[in-house]
Amino acid sequence: MAIEVRIPTILRPYTDGAKAVEADGATLTALIDDLEGNHPGLKDRLLDNGDLRRFVNVYINDEDVRFIGGLDAELADGDQVVVLPAVAGG
Amino acid sequence: MLTIDQATYDAIVAHAKRDHPDEACGIVAGPEGSDRPARFIEMINAAGSPTFYEFDSTDLFQLYKDMDERDEEPVVVYHSHTATEAYPSRTDIGLASEPNAHYVLVSTREHGNNDGPVEFRSYRIIDGVVTEEDVTITPPQKSQEESTP
Repeated sequence: MAIEVRIPTILRPYTDGAKAVEADGATLTALIDDLEGNHPGLKDRLLDNGDLRRFVNVYINDEDVRFIGGLDAELADGDQVVVLPAVAGG
Repeated sequence: MLTIDQATYDAIVAHAKRDHPDEACGIVAGPEGSDRPARFIEMINAAGSPTFYEFDSTDLFQLYKDMDERDEEPVVVYHSHTATEAYPSRTDIGLASEPNAHYVLVSTREHGNNDGPVEFRSYRIIDGVVTEEDVTITPPQKSQEESTP
């Protein structure tokens, strides 16, 4: 099973500069754990207290995961995951 | 230093004035690695607030998808402050996540929706460190092209 995960500029230090990496997992939680194995530190930038960080957006096949089950969202071979930090401020 | 053409500068200022007293926000995309703000993209402030801005998550996805297809990156990320100076707030600094971008702040506190000068300042925000930079405004590109024989 292979899922392409697209990494935003600010998190590329965790992926040796790669714009996209491959990972496995039947759910978003499992995928993030798998990512952490190969790219230590990444998990903490995505999760806070076991929840997706408020200002990090994750999309599965163009859909914001917040609308499709959050961390429990299911993944299948060939899916594409995109991580984008929110563009926000005060 | 941020180098930006007059038309794009004017478009950012017009957007900020129009949305006052809410914060306005958007991006100017440019070819990857060029540091040239070329394509002005006005965004909706999903927060609709005088003290906060946030791109809608679906709009954000579409924006980055479009830029990716065009080999572009966000060269300028702009937003307005409507009651305070054009300097990044603590929230702005904490949430800044484009290390290659110029963060442009416009303050409409003086003239609001009306004509009149605004503060227009640019910063780099990297790892929580704010560095102000000079802004150079160049004549609109169109007129340069038109003047070429």
